[in-house]
Amino acid sequence: MTDVLGIVLKRLGLGVLTLLVISILIFFAVELLPGDIAQAVLGQGATEENLKAMREQLGLNEPAVWRYLQWLAGAIQGDFGSSLISQKPVTETIAPRFANTLFLASYAAVIAVPVAIILGVIVALLRESIFDRVANVTTLTSISSPEFFLGYILILYLAVKNPWFPAIASLSDDMTFLELLNRTFLPALTMVLVVVAHMMRMTRASIINLLASPYIEMARLKGTPAWKVIVKHALPNAWAPIINVVALNLAYLITGVVLVEVVFVYPGIGQLLVDSVTKRDFPVVQACCLIFAATFILLNLAADVGAILTNPRLRHPK
Amino acid sequence: MNYFVIGYYALLIGASCLAAYYSSRSAFLLLFSLTLVSFIVGIVGGESALWTITVCAGVLALCAGTAYAFREFLVIVLPVEASKAIKTAPLTATFGLFVIMTYAIAGVFAPIIAPHGEAEIIAGAFEPPNDEMLLGADQLGRDLFSRLVFGARNTVGIALLATILAFVLGALMGLIAATRGGWFDQLMGRVVDVIMSVPSLIFALLLLSIFGTNVVVLIIIIAIIYSPRVFRLTRAVAGNVVVMDYIEAARLRGEGLWYLIRREILPNSTAPLIAEFGLEFCFVFLLVAGLSFLGLGIQPPTADWGSMVRENATLISFGEITPLFPAGAIALLTVAVNFVVDWMLFRSSGLKG
Amino acid sequence: MAAKEKDVLLKIRDLRIEGYSDEKWLEIVHGVDLTLHRGEVMGLIGESGAGKSTIGLAAMGFARDGCRISAGSIEFDGMELTTTSEADRRALRGSRIAYVAQSAAASFNPAHKIIDQHTEAPIHYRIRKRLEAQEDAMELYERLRLPNPQDIGFRYPHQVSGGQLQRAMTAMAMACRPDLIIFDEPTTALDVTTQIEVLAAIRDIVEQFNTAAIYITHDLAVVAQMADTIKVLLKGNEVEEADTETMLSNPKEDYTKSLWAVRSFKRAQKPRPGGDATPVVSVQNVSASYGDTPVLHDVSFDIYAGMTVAVVGESGSGKSTTARCITGLLPPTSGKIVMNGVEMPPSYKSRTKEQLRQAQMIYQMADTALNPKVRICDIIGRPAEFYMGLKGGKLKSRVDELLDLIELEPSKYYSRYPPELSGGQKQRIGIARALAAEPNFIICDEVTSALDQLVAEGILKLLDRLQKELNLAYMFITHDLATVRSIADEVLVMKQGEVVEQGAKEEMFTPPHHPYTDLLLSSVPEMDPNWLTTVLEERGVDNIGEAAAT
Repeated sequence: MTDVLGIVLKRLGLGVLTLLVISILIFFAVELLPGDIAQAVLGQGATEENLKAMREQLGLNEPAVWRYLQWLAGAIQGDFGSSLISQKPVTETIAPRFANTLFLASYAAVIAVPVAIILGVIVALLRESIFDRVANVTTLTSISSPEFFLGYILILYLAVKNPWFPAIASLSDDMTFLELLNRTFLPALTMVLVVVAHMMRMTRASIINLLASPYIEMARLKGTPAWKVIVKHALPNAWAPIINVVALNLAYLITGVVLVEVVFVYPGIGQLLVDSVTKRDFPVVQACCLIFAATFILLNLAADVGAILTNPRLRHPK
Repeated sequence: MNYFVIGYYALLIGASCLAAYYSSRSAFLLLFSLTLVSFIVGIVGGESALWTITVCAGVLALCAGTAYAFREFLVIVLPVEASKAIKTAPLTATFGLFVIMTYAIAGVFAPIIAPHGEAEIIAGAFEPPNDEMLLGADQLGRDLFSRLVFGARNTVGIALLATILAFVLGALMGLIAATRGGWFDQLMGRVVDVIMSVPSLIFALLLLSIFGTNVVVLIIIIAIIYSPRVFRLTRAVAGNVVVMDYIEAARLRGEGLWYLIRREILPNSTAPLIAEFGLEFCFVFLLVAGLSFLGLGIQPPTADWGSMVRENATLISFGEITPLFPAGAIALLTVAVNFVVDWMLFRSSGLKG
Repeated sequence: MAAKEKDVLLKIRDLRIEGYSDEKWLEIVHGVDLTLHRGEVMGLIGESGAGKSTIGLAAMGFARDGCRISAGSIEFDGMELTTTSEADRRALRGSRIAYVAQSAAASFNPAHKIIDQHTEAPIHYRIRKRLEAQEDAMELYERLRLPNPQDIGFRYPHQVSGGQLQRAMTAMAMACRPDLIIFDEPTTALDVTTQIEVLAAIRDIVEQFNTAAIYITHDLAVVAQMADTIKVLLKGNEVEEADTETMLSNPKEDYTKSLWAVRSFKRAQKPRPGGDATPVVSVQNVSASYGDTPVLHDVSFDIYAGMTVAVVGESGSGKSTTARCITGLLPPTSGKIVMNGVEMPPSYKSRTKEQLRQAQMIYQMADTALNPKVRICDIIGRPAEFYMGLKGGKLKSRVDELLDLIELEPSKYYSRYPPELSGGQKQRIGIARALAAEPNFIICDEVTSALDQLVAEGILKLLDRLQKELNLAYMFITHDLATVRSIADEVLVMKQGEVVEQGAKEEMFTPPHHPYTDLLLSSVPEMDPNWLTTVLEERGVDNIGEAAAT
């Protein structure tokens, strides 16, 4: 087991290192601004005094490396400085919205993951049949559609023409959980549609790949019944690819959420990011980007670690 | 129960029976499951749901018909070898080709095809369709159809440019890394890992917030974000070619890097690279559309599908389908490219085995 | 072994199998008949694409994905497999008909212990309870002479070596004591010294349980040891069938004769040039490693103009690595490569054009050695253009000359592409490309092992003629002793990166040898059907495992 532990630790270390590099990237990208932040925020017409005051306030007179270290130290403790526009601490703005986004993403994931994997396995078992072809065309269409296209179609048919669900996913504190589920149903469904399509295709591909391996043929040639071939011979080896598929798609959910939140006016971190980009509120943009990147890296890391832990060759070293 | 519903079920069941009689298994399965689905949908959604299914089936049949006719057309027009390949192409692929060709024509001849100018205000805001305007007017009273046609030029053009740039950058680096190996390969691999561990939309937003939104910046940013994907694929494809003995023979002859890439590696990597170009274009196109939809991509008054969706979005709550046209135009093109790529990937994998 | 009197176990009549490719069903097996009696071993032999494996699987009522049995009958012990239900067919598999695959490493499920996979079928068919089945497995492991038969089953497949896995798979096939076992190239992936153990184990166990078997292989010498009757296949058609003795001594069809043709070509051994002749290539105390793993230890030998040095050894012995050191692809960690008295820079990157030109290479797989997207004239012309600076008409006439030299019609092949050529023709193009550089030394890396006997002989003759005409020195890497006998002047035996023995050919083939050379020489199967029995008797049956280990 020590081997596996070593590999996992190495992978974790690599993840942390990547995150560090990305934090550098995110911080110093802002330094590439023509002029500096103060200039960018106050615009061309700003007076020297105003610029000077702002630089003082943001600590721009200190060297960039020092500011980066301060920012990083703050970020690790959950402090991302304060917004340039509202002057409120960034963390205060982001925290509830991040929770909302996580809720929406998990809502979508809870529906999408089981559905997609089951459908993917079914389609893989029925490969080359008419259902497989129909599924192929449908999923391809779904993947190719931008999220806002699907979102507006759903609004048109499930909110406007048939008023079953609210078109705008606004939240309030005094909602029951059921009400919350109802309010956020359409954005969740939009993401489910896209993610299920992606996941189905990936699950199908990895299962077909698996079923083509010689040991599956061997199992069939030993007279093992079809269900047992799947359960006993395919499944133990399918974990790694399935975990991979799930993690990659959850990571995809995290990005897809930005557009969906805008379509449904959902108060999540994605919308906040878009607003802040428009207003050029850099501390918020940096914080959002770091959070998105961290989530993304974490999920990829989970996929790798999952694959390592379920690999029989690594679990039982020579 | 009215005549439509009776006719609907009669047609489906009749067709199923015919399929069963001629023992065409897949057609029967498809028709019969459609009948079963219709029963459920019909009970839940009533007649209007059945109408929707009928319309969808009609549209599908129309697409299939177009695809079939276009395939026959291509078989006649193209030279022998290409028409041989086209003959066995699935209808989805020829449909994709047809759509791509249509878009290309619309993009190139936009000023001739569009009845009105790109930014020309000719009517009141949100005016409904009439003889003058095929699809009505947008929020400023511009002709929606004309803007759709111009959008084909702008949105697709920018996505195409960005993809080409990303491709040149990524493929070149990938080829050099695969051929040279060593530290350059290692370094590029690490850089690519880092760039790819930030979601592309997020990365684009970060960079756009810094550099502002203009077309040149947009193209460069997207090219930088997407070139790592191209790099990875090219590296993998070229990596498979580089281990071949003929590359070793050329190296031992003393050939230089460029000769190896140009004469030995590239000719053997073109098929997967072309397919990747299609896929990459879809990603880039969706990203450009998404950014424009967020108001951070192509800026008004340039006609662009993403921002057109955003500008007309309010109409959705009145039950109008206007904003779906530009969104649908985006979806249709990506679907079309994906269909073609799917076929090409199938062909290249099938021919190997 | 008078199989004819026993009753018929498997009767295949007019079997036709189709494969799906390019959206069409194409027939790949065109009406093959096969009759197998109880306890009889039939060898199916043919090149790749002959349909051997497909027929073997069809005998189990099984067709791979993308294949289907389109016509004919397969009668197993009175049961018609083409018409019975899939459930009935499946009930035969594993219990009455078993299968041994080519690659045991890929065919064992990595997620389960070997013994659990072994006992799956007997438990499923309720032939034995778990513990009984495990006991039985251990007994079979012992009979197959696996080391530690009590423990080996409780390991995972990746923890066991290839030769042992192949025997474990044979044991697994025996688990239900089937009437018929299909062996699908079970020793192709193994080294010769491992192969002989597996062959002996398989033959013994099949005899002990009087199991009928279909033994699929492309190796004539192997099938001669294993089979009672041999059936020769070519592109999905039967060529002929006869019992082993008759087939070997008196084949009827021309195709079979061409397969059987024992190398008639043999060249007299040339003596080393005496006195102060400088060797074309001199490898001096070369050691090399991949990363931190040393792979070559202090290798030294000389090759003189007009001479052929054959380098023999099993995979992993360092034959190809030595070639890579000479060409400079793998710079040695110590020692030096001297060509015509001049020391070469270790890496090919720092060698001059002129130095690179002197040593050329011909590869084993002509498919991967020629760029499929480049025309023949450009493949051959490039070295002439690159080294000699030939252009235009001069280049064309040089390419024509080279094509003439390798006995291919210039006008016919000049602007073709490699995929349009046969294996032998491609290999000739490979030779022409090497000659175009006008080298004085050529490394031939297993150049004949992917080719049919007759074609291979043609290539050997061509190489010999070229050697005489151009006074070339060859380093001939091979594992095939017949090739060594026919073309070599000197022989070098390698094992685990070291030179075990070297000397003139005639000396090497007459005892006494170094023990490893002896093992290697005696492990290479010969066409004589009694070869395996004789070798085992000489070695003592129980010693083969140890002999291989030393």
